[in-house]
Amino acid sequence: MNLILDGIAWILDPANQTGPGGWFARLGEQLAYTFGAVAIAAIIAIPLGYLVGHTGRGRDVAVSLSGGFRALPSLGVLILLGLGLGIGFRAPLITFVILAIPPILAGAYAGFEAVDRKTIDAARAVGMTEGQIVRQVEVPLGLPLLIGGIRSGVLQVVATATLAAYVSGGALGAFIFEGVATRNYSETLGASILVTLLALILEGVFALIQKLVVPRGVVAREIKEVRTVSSRPRAAVGSPIQEGK
Amino acid sequence: MIEFRSVTKQFPDGTVAVKEFDLVIPPRKTTVLVGSSGCGKTTLLRMINRMIDPTSGHILIDGEDTAALAPVKLRRRIGYVMQNSGLLPHRKVIDNVATVPVLNGVPKKEARAHALELLDTVGLDRSLADKYPRQLSGGQQQRVGVARGLAADPNILLMDEPFGAVDPIVRAELQQETIRLQQGLGKTVVFVTHDIDEAFLLGHQVVILQKGGHIAQVGTPAEILANPADDFVASFVGADKGKRVLRIEKVGGRDVVVDENGTPTGVLQP
Repeated sequence: MNLILDGIAWILDPANQTGPGGWFARLGEQLAYTFGAVAIAAIIAIPLGYLVGHTGRGRDVAVSLSGGFRALPSLGVLILLGLGLGIGFRAPLITFVILAIPPILAGAYAGFEAVDRKTIDAARAVGMTEGQIVRQVEVPLGLPLLIGGIRSGVLQVVATATLAAYVSGGALGAFIFEGVATRNYSETLGASILVTLLALILEGVFALIQKLVVPRGVVAREIKEVRTVSSRPRAAVGSPIQEGK
Repeated sequence: MIEFRSVTKQFPDGTVAVKEFDLVIPPRKTTVLVGSSGCGKTTLLRMINRMIDPTSGHILIDGEDTAALAPVKLRRRIGYVMQNSGLLPHRKVIDNVATVPVLNGVPKKEARAHALELLDTVGLDRSLADKYPRQLSGGQQQRVGVARGLAADPNILLMDEPFGAVDPIVRAELQQETIRLQQGLGKTVVFVTHDIDEAFLLGHQVVILQKGGHIAQVGTPAEILANPADDFVASFVGADKGKRVLRIEKVGGRDVVVDENGTPTGVLQP
């Protein structure tokens, strides 16, 4: 318990907060890695996933590709890229992009695949072009699953971004590695708590976004049959007799 | 007028859905394609708006070969109503109805105003306009589907087993509504069903199909009932089991019509 209190004390200590080596800046780097990598991954994976989802072609390739990417150990990729690219932010960023691609790719094509084939067939039959089917039918209806993919990409990257410090890439991992090396465990623990909190907050935010993007008509509650006036003649009697009143 | 000229459709898996099919569908009438599953009726319907392209042969609409027309443009001038309505679940009823006019470039406000009138046409209350399809009953959704099919004021309305998934009472309502709409608006309706009673009720021209799009008989319901072309047709329409046979019994000096079970169904006018 003392260790955790020490960690919290480290977080609260103003000396550890500001300046280029403070945790405010490192947290910013952690977020920059996360959103930078997810943004780049999204630019690559969403069009690819949409293409696969709309045409149904290349699905096997996409599945095995994302499966294969998922199996890559991030630390190994990071070290390998670090050897080639040197220290700094580039190797970690590329590693995290590779990490974020599979869930986003899967979310994009699964979102399209989840749309009822009959709905798409009807859209085509009334005269939508393929582009209009994608934009007006598949994208809005597939959005919740895509956001789910992005959510899982963000969570994986935000946790893994601590590894960036391994090749002097900054971010909150810098404190963790430094703390271990100098046996300053309150520093290690403080930074770990920050990463955990960050991940929890992002999880909450994305859970909310995911809920908000579900099209209203899809969440709309099914109601019991309510007949319109014109579809059937009214009952001959007025309001039913209420007994015992 | 829609003409099929020796139309054949073979699917990539080798199934021949329709072979050397010829048919003339008269304008401003209802033609019903009826047959059991696998007779190619839906394939025939979907070839009219080029949802399926024939392997060989031609389909002409008012003398124009559809093969020469752009599919998307063609589909926008032909109404299409399918089973389970096929409405877009994320769009309100009103926007579903306005889909095709909006695609054709009609301003949204104008298209919505027209869509409201169409709700009246198909017998739906205007208060449903802002609901989503899922909030409607099956029968109501089907009416919205019909309204959408009519929105661009097409000459031709294709209906693919539109009432297959609704309960019998609602189906009877929708059938009457279809007859009323067809008569009122003078559309050329091509209707696909496997229900011979529905075919006889709605069709001015009924086309009875056998496997592979082979026409067993074409004619008005009365012609088919009076002279079934062969045993297949006779059994399909139920004539062989006496299902369609009515007899006259004299009761108190009047002619009472009774069915095969002896149940009276009406009285003959002198």
